[in-house]
Amino acid sequence: MLEVQSPGFLSTVQDLGRAGLRHLGVAVGGAADRVALRTGNRLVGNADDAAGLEFTLTGACVRLTQARLVAITGAEMEASIEGQALPHWRPIACNAGTEIRFGRALRGARAYLAVGGGIEVPRMLGSRATDLGSGFGGWRGRALASGDRLALGRPRPEQGRALWRLHQRSGAAWRAAPWWVEPGDDLGGEMALLHLLPGADIGLLDPRVLRVLRDGVWTVGADSDRMGLRFNGPDLPRADGLERVSSAVVPGTIQLPPDGRPIVLGVDAQTVGGYPCVGHVIRTDLGRTMQLKPGERVRGVLVTPEAAQSIRRARARDHARMAMAIAARLAET
Amino acid sequence: MLGFGSRIDPALSARVLAVSMRLAAARLPGVIDVVPAYASVALVLDPDSDLDASTLEASVRELLSTPVGPMILPRARSVLIPVCYGGSHGPDLPAVAGHAGLDPAQVIERHASAEYRVAMIGFKPGFPYLLGLDPALAMPRRATPRASVPAGSVAIGGPQTGIYPAESPGGWQLIGRTGVRLFDPARERPSLLAPGDRVRFRPVAAQELASARVEIVDA
Repeated sequence: MLEVQSPGFLSTVQDLGRAGLRHLGVAVGGAADRVALRTGNRLVGNADDAAGLEFTLTGACVRLTQARLVAITGAEMEASIEGQALPHWRPIACNAGTEIRFGRALRGARAYLAVGGGIEVPRMLGSRATDLGSGFGGWRGRALASGDRLALGRPRPEQGRALWRLHQRSGAAWRAAPWWVEPGDDLGGEMALLHLLPGADIGLLDPRVLRVLRDGVWTVGADSDRMGLRFNGPDLPRADGLERVSSAVVPGTIQLPPDGRPIVLGVDAQTVGGYPCVGHVIRTDLGRTMQLKPGERVRGVLVTPEAAQSIRRARARDHARMAMAIAARLAET
Repeated sequence: MLGFGSRIDPALSARVLAVSMRLAAARLPGVIDVVPAYASVALVLDPDSDLDASTLEASVRELLSTPVGPMILPRARSVLIPVCYGGSHGPDLPAVAGHAGLDPAQVIERHASAEYRVAMIGFKPGFPYLLGLDPALAMPRRATPRASVPAGSVAIGGPQTGIYPAESPGGWQLIGRTGVRLFDPARERPSLLAPGDRVRFRPVAAQELASARVEIVDA
């Protein structure tokens, strides 16, 4: 069991989300930073799509009633056991009864706790992710609250055997593996760079829109969440009176509502939208986007679809290499 | 994204649905979802697939090279939904009647006698955007949306009608309510309706609302 002692600002059960249901109006959801959750799962020997916890800005305090490997990934969020700070991005062996206390996110907005065996909640529409907007999936379709008790899946017994042996001899509450993975550059934070593709409606708009979007410095608004990030920045030419019927949108779509504040749709975005679509943040940068905190500034770089593909390919190669390295390390740890 | 125009129009929608069904049936590699809207079809790509855009474009062109007409839609079903109109279930019925210059009974009669087509599902899981509303009943959205619209509310928004599957904020004019569950993630078929389905409404009394069942005829 994983017991929630205090829930933090917004903590949810997430996996890699539900794909392929947008034609029925169902959001993809899942971890806002997929790479972070997936890496966490690999560090504890889980399948990539096991469910973990996502913490937002301020994390939860949780207690494990069973001994487990855990890993903390994503935002650089304060985390400790019995007052001792925990390292991120590596496997940590924890005794039964260990209480892990998360604090503020120092860099990035969302941190992940992966637990060996995964969080065992029923799959809904093929996923364990919490759909907050529609109130289903995850733990009872809602954010975690004090007193919630989540079942844990069965961990793979061979994972981290050597680490456990070392740990048991030490008598401490936890022991971290002597190796880790580099977090990558998704915690870009202040002045992060987002790669943009022009959107379907850009031709209907004043040609200056794309230029302003590209050359401006954009500040993340406080009214941002998993559904979308709203940005404040330079004045954009107005898009009033643009006749447009609703069409499909996806996470990463940049909409321009009449108030002139662009919205980058997030992982929980609705499936269709009526605002003009001025661009897209490329898939590879979606995790980086979702790691932005209100008040942080970003800049956009326009790329071609071919460039976006090669960025994605390079990233996929890095991840494949990292996955193999983690698996090899974990087997001998 | 494939664009077919910039209007809400039944003929255009029929073409969009036919194209979308053909593309979905083709199960193109790397495409995980096909999302029709009023005048467009979006192909959602697998974020982890190594798909070449020009290859996909060629496959789509090939698939659409034979004419796709406003044909009989293959998977369309006919769905009859019981609705209790007016009163506390449809608080905006008098306003819609006033706007149309009809009396409430005529609004009900006209709304329930039309056959609608699901043009797209969106806004919320299972929310159907229905085409085929009698133009006399069209009415703009409320100036200030309601913070909470009850689940099952049957509503009019501009030239469209739709049903709120779950309690949510909403700006459409509420004329009635159904007890039928439009979306249930635990069901094998989570969304009662899919793009292309035909929909009709059957007026029922308030006391029948809880027990009245949906009737579905597969094509």
